[in-house]
Amino acid sequence: MAVLVPVLGRLAKALLTLLAIAVLNFFLIHAAPGDPAVVLAGEAGAADEQMIAQLRERFGLDQPFHVQLGSYVWNIVQLDFGYSFRQGAPVLDLILDRLPATLILTLTAFVISLTLGIILGVAASARVGKASDSLLTTLALLFYATPLYWAALMAVLVFSVELGWLPGFGYETVGANYTGLARVWDVIKHLILPASTLGLFFMAVYMRMTRASMLEVSQMDFVKTARAKGLSGPVIRRRHILRNAILPVVTLAGLQAGQLVGGAVLTETVFAWPGIGRLMFESLAARDYNTILGVFLVSAAMVIVFNILTDLVYRLVDPRIGARA
Amino acid sequence: MKHLKATTFLIAAAFAGQALAQEAGGRLDIVVQPEPPGLMLGLVQNGPTQLVAGDIYEGLLRYTTDLEPEPGLAKSWGISEDGLTYTFHLNEGVKWHDGEDFTAEDVVFSADVFLRETHARLRASLAYVDTITAPDDLTVVFQLKEPFGPFISVFEVGTMPMIPKHIYEGTDYATNEMNATPIGTGPFKFDKWEKGSFIHLVKNEDYYVEGLPHLDEVYYRVIPDAASRAVAFETGEVDVLPGGSVENWDVARLTGMDGVCSTGSGWEFFAPLAWMWLNNREGPTSDVRFRQAIMYAMDREFVRDVVWNGFGKVPTGPVASATNFYSDDVTPYPHDPDKAKALLDEMGYSGETVRLLPLPYGETWQRWAEAVRQNLSEVGINVEIDSTDVAGWNEKTSQWDYDMAFTYLYQYGDPALGVSRNYTADRIQKGSPWNNVEGYENSELDAKWAAAATMTDAAERQAAYDEIQREIVDDVPVAWLLELEFPTIYRCNVHDLVTTGIGLNDGIRNAWIEQ
Repeated sequence: MAVLVPVLGRLAKALLTLLAIAVLNFFLIHAAPGDPAVVLAGEAGAADEQMIAQLRERFGLDQPFHVQLGSYVWNIVQLDFGYSFRQGAPVLDLILDRLPATLILTLTAFVISLTLGIILGVAASARVGKASDSLLTTLALLFYATPLYWAALMAVLVFSVELGWLPGFGYETVGANYTGLARVWDVIKHLILPASTLGLFFMAVYMRMTRASMLEVSQMDFVKTARAKGLSGPVIRRRHILRNAILPVVTLAGLQAGQLVGGAVLTETVFAWPGIGRLMFESLAARDYNTILGVFLVSAAMVIVFNILTDLVYRLVDPRIGARA
Repeated sequence: MKHLKATTFLIAAAFAGQALAQEAGGRLDIVVQPEPPGLMLGLVQNGPTQLVAGDIYEGLLRYTTDLEPEPGLAKSWGISEDGLTYTFHLNEGVKWHDGEDFTAEDVVFSADVFLRETHARLRASLAYVDTITAPDDLTVVFQLKEPFGPFISVFEVGTMPMIPKHIYEGTDYATNEMNATPIGTGPFKFDKWEKGSFIHLVKNEDYYVEGLPHLDEVYYRVIPDAASRAVAFETGEVDVLPGGSVENWDVARLTGMDGVCSTGSGWEFFAPLAWMWLNNREGPTSDVRFRQAIMYAMDREFVRDVVWNGFGKVPTGPVASATNFYSDDVTPYPHDPDKAKALLDEMGYSGETVRLLPLPYGETWQRWAEAVRQNLSEVGINVEIDSTDVAGWNEKTSQWDYDMAFTYLYQYGDPALGVSRNYTADRIQKGSPWNNVEGYENSELDAKWAAAATMTDAAERQAAYDEIQREIVDDVPVAWLLELEFPTIYRCNVHDLVTTGIGLNDGIRNAWIEQ
């Protein structure tokens, strides 16, 4: 119960924040030049006044701005994301359709980068100053500095075009109709390149942060005490240093987790991954208001949920945080 | 492996003299870019939709690369002496993909009811039509109010697709659930659309032309990044890159690969012509001497050779050379900076900045805008590039908020269908980027455009359009830049991919793969 009370308070605040974000998004979207009717007319190769008027009416754009805003907020409160007139489908369906692909990609990248980042960071800090430490930190710096877009294209060129080891595009082999394990394996093969490209950057960040934090904590008095007690090096690192050094890494992981939904636009684009980042980007270009607002809202909700989760993880890692609150 | 290839090549060469037998079966993967918003061709007519839906839907006629009509759903047709009555005889045994019979009633519903409400471009042509009737199941008669020269050119699938009456009659077209699973009469049936990945079409086993289509299935693949599309073709993921799906500098590299062919054909009906809208209403661009100076200042050959890697043709005026009634008997505008400077001096141009709005369609167009700015600054015109995204471009052009703006438009085979709409005063209407956006007003020419549209004799029309082209080119209402060429790139074992002037958009019923 003691844990739940602050969480409930946060949730109430979170809902208000979400509503504020929704309203702000609405203003932002409408501030951009053009609207969905103009875009559709522009694509049609011909347009007259009748066509534009028909489209505006169908999209509800003929209503005064405050009426549009009011009905949008009212729908959101009822968890109704609206209808994408451009794609002829309810926004919620469009989002749910794309969400699994994105989550598979971003979660895989997240788990890989966090695990490898912490392990390598701990390893580097244990060998500080040695050649293997320099190698690891240099590699991390390289991954950190490489633009994602370029790394993605290079990965396709090397592993897909030149070596032919891995498929460079898509989510699964189109038209192969695999089922069961064969399908899982097929998806995994398609996942390797995009997930590693996306994961490398964050792995580098986690590694550098873990290393620095480990080194900092290892200078503290309680570590000297542990050493004086006669504990072995690995035990001190795992139980005393890492436990204290991990907090900033958790903070950063919480931030990355918040981007699980919307943060992979570039990777999805280069690898033709049918995810939600592309849905957002394409809807933005087409001024498909309802769809963009829906994706924005889901992304915002994810950020808030992961902020709360991060707070909970803090308490698990360091029980003192819960006691103070 | 190399050796084996060489041998195969020799054998193939030895047999090349013989006509190849068409082989049935196989699968074709074609890039579609960007992902279409929908596939119901009666409601959505953008490029990607036409590419995919052209396999599902059909029109009454198809058009050769010389723009001559040839049979489609109509097997024969006739035009009365006075040019007022068009009679079409439909093919027998044509069925919709759900098994219902296709009849003349469907034609009447499509043209007179459905498309009249939804299709802005066709609506303009239907203004000339008095009645559309079906005397029997296989005959349709279009009765015109007055003769309309280009009327025989409006029966192409993108202009007048046939819509199933039994599905749409009495429904709200835009929200009809069947829009998600389109039903046409075409050579391929809709099977599945994995949003963000691919659209799958399968062979229509009951297609009314015996032996067609040859292919078993077609996948339209959505690959959002241009560089990735080029790589997808290299790795064999896709077999066909429709025109415009990769950047120009990749075209030369890809067509240089072994076993890769390309063709510029299949765009004759559209004849995409690129130009800059010049705002005729205000600023320096309202002065005809300034507009002429722009024409002389630009090195259009350079752009064609460098920015477009040699693809395309420098236009002479508003009508593209592939379009009917083209004439090159007009004032030429060679690259002549001195003449441009003289014209600017004469008008007393004082160095005011003009805003240039590029078309946000990728790298090529960005570079093109930079090349034009360079050319114009060489003769002393101050240009400021005003970049925006697609929606912003649509908004700015259709609200006339620009000085010079890049665009390109299709001509649809006839000046009265795809050219006059950009130059006559009655088409000055805010809200659309497809009409007289530049605000050019010339009442004498307006009358000539109108007269030429209603002539029925081809020679007479040619003479009228010769005169129009000669006069309008001197006024430079817009700055004509390039007749665009969008090569289709494909593997050489795919045959008969492009067989008409409408190209891939016309349904690839004749395409077959040599095994």
